Amino acid sequence: MRNRSLRLFLILLILIVVVIIDFPVLTNLKKSIFGRQLNPNLGLDLRGGMQVVMQAPEGYQITQETLEAPSTILENRSNALGVSEVVFQVAGDNYIVGEFPGLENIGEVIDVIKQTGMLEFVDVGNDFLPPGTIIQTDFGQPVSGESADDEAEPAPLDLGQSDIAPQEDPVAKVYHTVITGGDLASVSVLPPQAPGEGYSVQFTLTSEAAQIFGDHTRNNVGKLLAIVLDKEIISTPVISQAITTGEGAISGQGESAYSFDDANNLRVTLFYGSLPVALEIAESRVVGPTLGQESLQKSLIAGAIGFAIVTLFMLIYYRAPGFVAILSILIFGLITFALYLAIPVTLTLPGIAGFLLSVGSALDANILQFERLKEELRNGRTLVQAVDLGWRRAWPSIRDSNLATIITSGILFWFGSTFGATIVKGFALTLALGVAISVFTALFVTRTFLSLLVTPLEKSDKEFWFGI
Amino acid sequence: MLNILGKRYLFFALSLLIIIPGLVIIAVYGLPLSIDFKGGSLVEVEMSEDNAPTTQQIVEIYDQNDIVDAQVQTSDQNGVILFLIRSSSLTQEQYSMIIDEIRSGFDQNLVERRFDTVGPSISRSVTQRALLAIGIAALAVIVYITFAFRGIKHAFRYGVCAIIAMMHDILVVVSIGAIGSRLFGWQMDSLFLTALLTVIGFSTQDKIVVFDRIRENEPVLRKVPFEKLVNHSIVQSLQRSINTQLMTVEFLLLSLALFGGTTLREMSIILLIGLLSGTYSSIFIAAPILVVWENREWRTWFGRTGTA
Repeated sequence: MRNRSLRLFLILLILIVVVIIDFPVLTNLKKSIFGRQLNPNLGLDLRGGMQVVMQAPEGYQITQETLEAPSTILENRSNALGVSEVVFQVAGDNYIVGEFPGLENIGEVIDVIKQTGMLEFVDVGNDFLPPGTIIQTDFGQPVSGESADDEAEPAPLDLGQSDIAPQEDPVAKVYHTVITGGDLASVSVLPPQAPGEGYSVQFTLTSEAAQIFGDHTRNNVGKLLAIVLDKEIISTPVISQAITTGEGAISGQGESAYSFDDANNLRVTLFYGSLPVALEIAESRVVGPTLGQESLQKSLIAGAIGFAIVTLFMLIYYRAPGFVAILSILIFGLITFALYLAIPVTLTLPGIAGFLLSVGSALDANILQFERLKEELRNGRTLVQAVDLGWRRAWPSIRDSNLATIITSGILFWFGSTFGATIVKGFALTLALGVAISVFTALFVTRTFLSLLVTPLEKSDKEFWFGI
Repeated sequence: MLNILGKRYLFFALSLLIIIPGLVIIAVYGLPLSIDFKGGSLVEVEMSEDNAPTTQQIVEIYDQNDIVDAQVQTSDQNGVILFLIRSSSLTQEQYSMIIDEIRSGFDQNLVERRFDTVGPSISRSVTQRALLAIGIAALAVIVYITFAFRGIKHAFRYGVCAIIAMMHDILVVVSIGAIGSRLFGWQMDSLFLTALLTVIGFSTQDKIVVFDRIRENEPVLRKVPFEKLVNHSIVQSLQRSINTQLMTVEFLLLSLALFGGTTLREMSIILLIGLLSGTYSSIFIAAPILVVWENREWRTWFGRTGTA
């Protein structure tokens, strides 16, 4: 008996904690314990938004580590563009997954973030190259465009020398890079200096780079110096005098004059660093807010209706134990939801499928116990014996079946996160959590509540209360 | 007592009756894979009935934007028409052009619901990896069941039979997906994969519960022939099987199929059939195969025609 009171007390304690977590009361208390607001974390398929999966082109040797840096750079760039709550994650060993909740018009954002943003000042000697020309430099390899060779060797990620021999054709010729965007100390946007001109981006070099830049300009007065972004010529000014201050500006010319947004995007790209590899968009998904909300709302309604029918069935078929089962399932739901909030788990449609399956397994754990309980009652046992035996007979099947599911979902989760299969991962996580909690509620809550029924119902009409 | 096992070859035939048509469809038309697994673009828009273009008009707009393989599917709900347009990959620019043209030509209030583009390389690798994950999970289940049933004879067989029955469930689901693709234009997308994973999870869990009864009865009914022991065990756990099935499938999923949004309807129907198959195969496939194995019945399969 003391054992039972202790268990009841524990159940009550757990209930109080999860109710505080689940319901929007005592927000300040929650914030001080968890350090953040506990709001449900909905996936893009439920709240609307956009997901892009970016991939390094074939031939690059990419590891998870080399993707961490670009992933951070992309996140910084997006945040600087005023897009909030953006998350970039490395998935598998060659993907970066970017998620933009609530965002729909994504063309421009994508254009900015996928630029590698590699700025170079290139010594082109006396070759005038019109803006838009793709060139090769001795810094890395061409990023995109016609001159990119599909069968090229894996390009070096660092400052490796290009091994393609210089040729007479100016496009195929390899030019020397004087300094790169990595040498910038600060970048800012300048408004148009004269009517008809566009915005420009002003930059300051680090003192070391300023030295190199000063030397180069001093020795090459009268020659051309190309400003190159992602191997594409932006402009090709003539060096009129030595530049020793380490300051300069980039502006588009004629038709390609910069608007404020253009200039600001370039500033963001330059300031947050250049990506070590060019990324290709392998996959993009946009879910409009209507579709997301509709999915969420309708699944909630459907879940409520389904649960109402389950409640009705359990009460009619199992009677008193049926009532215990519904209480136990409700507690299961509260604990699960609290864990989703606390961990936090991002809820997606596959995640909901995993949760539904775990509700099924929680119900199954109850049904298994009750069927055994009824069998024992039919065999003429007393209620105390039947409750105890029913539990002992049902337990091995509850334990083994759920353990197998936990093992399976563990493997699925591991694969999902190692190889970037997000569907598999979302499903496996909610399933494993739900199944673990369902074993707990069957073991702890259902059994304790059932034993509470024993005393009041011992002398009652068992046929009625237990639906034999 | 109900003799379920006596009619075991009848149940095997019934399963084949569902699986074979689907496999024939797949053999003839290929797997109805969505862009999630073979790459391409999917556009979902909503327009009012009064201003909606015909599917032909949409295909023409795609043609003008150099996309010649657009396929349009429509569904009508209370005055609103939902368009699902599948094609080879669209760029962001092409997508904006097409939407603008439909908007200006037909419905100003067009709602953009979804725009997915998947490259071919990523879709291939995701599929392969998901299959690999399922394969390894199946091996783990065999190992685990062999361990959990180590107390009784031939524990290894229980694991193998659970996996055979699980493959049966996968085949049923794939077959239903293939039949649905011919009848309703369904495609196997990432939600289909989710449904498949759910069925796999449910299937093994259910097998273990049914096998548990055999494990429990075996030491007590040592003298009884194996076939009788198994039959006795499934009949004992029949009520539980039916009730759990009712709870998880009929009630929760039926309401999801009836009231859930369009995204979920196809998935709930597949889940409904898949989970039903999961319960069915525990009783009518997994347990009977245990008996077939015990009796080594394949020795008589080709010798004489009579089935038990």
